[in-house]
Amino acid sequence: MNRDNDKGKTLISRTLIWMGIQFFLLLVIVFRLYYLQIYQADKFATMADENRISTRLLIPPRGEIVDRNGKILAGNRQNFQVMIVAEQTTSVDETLARLDKILPLSDDEKARVIEDVKRFRSFVPIKIKDRLSWDEMSRVLLAMPDLPGIVIDDGLSRYYPYGEQTAPLLGYVAAVSEEDLQKDKDSLLEVPGFKIGKAGLEKQFEHRLRGTGGNLKLEVNALGRVMKEIERVDGVPGEKLQLSLDVRLQQKAFELYNGESGAAVVVDVRTGEILAFLSTPSYNSNDFVDGVSSKIYNALLADERSPLLNKAIAGQYSPGSTFKMMVALAALEDGIITKDTKVYCSGRMQLGNQFFHCWKHQGHGPLNVVEALQHSCDIFFYEVAQKLGIEKIAAMARRFGLGSVTGVELAGEKNGLIPDKEWKMRTRGEVWHTGETLIAGIGQSYIMTTPVQLAMMTAKIANGGYDIKPTFLKVDKDKQTKKKRLPVFREYLDVAREGMCAVVNRPGGTAYMSRFNLDGQSMCGKTGTTQVRRITMKERQSGLIDQEDMPWKYRNHALFVGYAPADNPRYAAAVLVEHGGGGSSVAAPIASRLLQEALILEGTDEK
Amino acid sequence: MMYKPYKLGLHNPNLTLKEKIQRLNFSYFFLISLLAAVGVMMLYSAANGRWDGWAMNHAVRFAFGLAVMLVVSLFNIKLFLRYAYPFYFATLVLLIIVEVAGHTGMGATRWIDLKIIKLQPSELMKIALVAALARYFHTTTLQNIETLRGILPPLLMALVPAFLIILQPDLGTAVMLLCTAGVIFFVVGVQIWKFVAVGGLAAVLMPIAWHFLHDYQKQRVLTFLDPERDPLGAGYHIMQSKIALGSGGLFGKGFLQGTQSHLNFLPEKHTDFIFTMLSEEFGLLGGVIVVLINMLILALSYSFAVRTTSYFGKLLIIGLTTNYFLYVFINIAMVLGLLPVVGIPLPLISYGGTVMLSVCASFGAIMAVYINKDTNLGRE
Repeated sequence: MNRDNDKGKTLISRTLIWMGIQFFLLLVIVFRLYYLQIYQADKFATMADENRISTRLLIPPRGEIVDRNGKILAGNRQNFQVMIVAEQTTSVDETLARLDKILPLSDDEKARVIEDVKRFRSFVPIKIKDRLSWDEMSRVLLAMPDLPGIVIDDGLSRYYPYGEQTAPLLGYVAAVSEEDLQKDKDSLLEVPGFKIGKAGLEKQFEHRLRGTGGNLKLEVNALGRVMKEIERVDGVPGEKLQLSLDVRLQQKAFELYNGESGAAVVVDVRTGEILAFLSTPSYNSNDFVDGVSSKIYNALLADERSPLLNKAIAGQYSPGSTFKMMVALAALEDGIITKDTKVYCSGRMQLGNQFFHCWKHQGHGPLNVVEALQHSCDIFFYEVAQKLGIEKIAAMARRFGLGSVTGVELAGEKNGLIPDKEWKMRTRGEVWHTGETLIAGIGQSYIMTTPVQLAMMTAKIANGGYDIKPTFLKVDKDKQTKKKRLPVFREYLDVAREGMCAVVNRPGGTAYMSRFNLDGQSMCGKTGTTQVRRITMKERQSGLIDQEDMPWKYRNHALFVGYAPADNPRYAAAVLVEHGGGGSSVAAPIASRLLQEALILEGTDEK
Repeated sequence: MMYKPYKLGLHNPNLTLKEKIQRLNFSYFFLISLLAAVGVMMLYSAANGRWDGWAMNHAVRFAFGLAVMLVVSLFNIKLFLRYAYPFYFATLVLLIIVEVAGHTGMGATRWIDLKIIKLQPSELMKIALVAALARYFHTTTLQNIETLRGILPPLLMALVPAFLIILQPDLGTAVMLLCTAGVIFFVVGVQIWKFVAVGGLAAVLMPIAWHFLHDYQKQRVLTFLDPERDPLGAGYHIMQSKIALGSGGLFGKGFLQGTQSHLNFLPEKHTDFIFTMLSEEFGLLGGVIVVLINMLILALSYSFAVRTTSYFGKLLIIGLTTNYFLYVFINIAMVLGLLPVVGIPLPLISYGGTVMLSVCASFGAIMAVYINKDTNLGRE
């Protein structure tokens, strides 16, 4: 009985211990709950939100690029896509078969869709086909009730209505590269399929055109299915970019080149606004948007007329006789000639044991600076250049912006080259020869300019020496700042302009054939023909080969710089036709037509 | 007969039905029903606000369970004593049948399909073992208990079914069964040094036992030791459970508002992880209330044990209560990341018929003992 008592007592005492243990264990649970739900609550609340909230970027529409009259040069085109959501149909194959009857699909496309359906979760829309035409789209829409699982999605894709004609200035957008991601931390770039400006103004003004991405916060479940929208922060659409370009003039220029290789720039001499900007042949911006095919790209690379080079800013050419205004201005300023100083041209001049020829073998006889420009006499400028020396010529050319980038809003602009003694010593380790000064006097030797530099040079001569900067953006007339003047006397510029007007409007002028009279308005300018290949003494003796008989790449470049109207100039143009032949026969007529067109279009500006 | 002790009503086993019903402890029923109601509510939420399905089934099952509890309450405790061994052996036979011809589900053989219900003998064994052990220790002496020979038969009674259950394989239930048996050995007075010795032996045998574990069981243990080891694989469940709990904070996200639960980040939210869901929606407050209700149920149970005269009755209550406690503790500790995920539901709240039935039957048995608290069972 005692033992029984002990047995009972043991049971009670041991049970009490066990109860204590249980109480302790439950307390541990309470403390654990406290630790997780109070102490670590913030951490887990964040993790829970990370679980459930999926943030998606809302892609802002890219800003349109329009010309001065609001015509769209780069726009966004609706891109209709047919997609299939597997969970909304009982049979993907059946739906595809039905769709195939309305919208023929290739076997490859079908196979890819089936593959993707297996790969992704059943509520993810799978792209079947994109870039549907209106016609295809409406057919699909009409049949939608019989096409379970089919949805239509519209995105935006960049479109360039003028394709090749505007490619040199607009460039193009294309897919983001690894390198872009390194440089630009905008999270929009990480969105699959996002396009950024890769060349031209699209690249230059990328940040204004792109806009700011919006945010869409969605609640998703563990499988990633969207349950509801939590928050939407709208982005800012890309800025609309209005250019100074007149696309009608641009088209006209394109027509006038008719497939020839070259570059043309038309600027407003008062504002520096670029009205036409041509580099031909070019590429089609639209070909690059979805990644250029290797076939097209290889063809572009293989073309000897280098369509991928922007000749207007990156093509460096000897200015030839179009440089003679610079020499004339330098000479007038230096005082070695006056407007009336005459120089006798016998067709050639001797320097040491070397002979320098005028393009006109029999010579021009005596002529003053205006006549020298009119006839583009080489001897006059040899003489003047010899007396001036290269330094003064170079100084004047640089004052007009030659030899350095104009700062136009495009990447890849080249400096060109205005040589001097120091340059030659530095780069070649040789002293400057007087003979080289002579050749420089007619814009040859080492001198290199770009068409946009020549256009700006001409504009500055035409506007009376105001220092303007070229721009692709339309200038707000009200916000124009007062222009600085170049340090050149107006009377000397008047002389240069008189010479340029003689070139076009006086009989015997090298561009007399290209003159026009449009309601009393006419053009002034200067021709230039530059040799691509040095003429050997032997060739000169045996008679020059006709340009037409030479291979294309050895033919001369044809140049013309000009402005209109003759009094109160408003437009300046530089026209270069690569290997086109003569400046007076090829380049001047194009410039003439372009400037006439600019004058005609002037009154029809829509704003 | 000099005196009739029956007249005192203290030793009278033949209480009338009315007397029995008067002796029912309604607080006990209330607390149990409260937990079942929490279960219905959470299952309503787990089904995204639907009555039909889980919540409705749960309510119906509890109603049935309550009926079972009541019926069992009215049993004569002498029947329990008399049939403790036959019940145990019958259940053991069922376990063997499961082993031989059981229905294979989820890679583990646990069920006998009786068409109407799927019988889970391992669940039945938890009650049967407690009853059998109570029966054994009721008749033996403390002296005997303290000898190795005296402890061997009950040890075998526990080890044989545990071994069969491990073979199924159902590690969780086997561990629970052994824990319950261990607690019974402890309370009846087996010397502490024997537990230390068994613990030491277990530590030595652990590496050997490791080889016999299934891969998924090894995964669970490893994941328990380091949940972030494989956050998308085996550790995913426990990680998501902790996120759900932690993000619930003090007051929770609100009924039907648990994002982790309703967006399906939380796995098994209607069964093993229902406590997580409750804590996500009702916060620390909700979780602690559920723990407190359970503490009250345990406290009441032990108070019944204290007030029961018979050794058998006391031990039966302690064993069954311990069994219930282990369910609650292992389940909650598991979802809190304190124990490995072993697949033990939270009784009365988790969805599932077998556990509901066995727990209700246990409560019924506890209540029956309490009603017959003053019945002298002698030493038979």
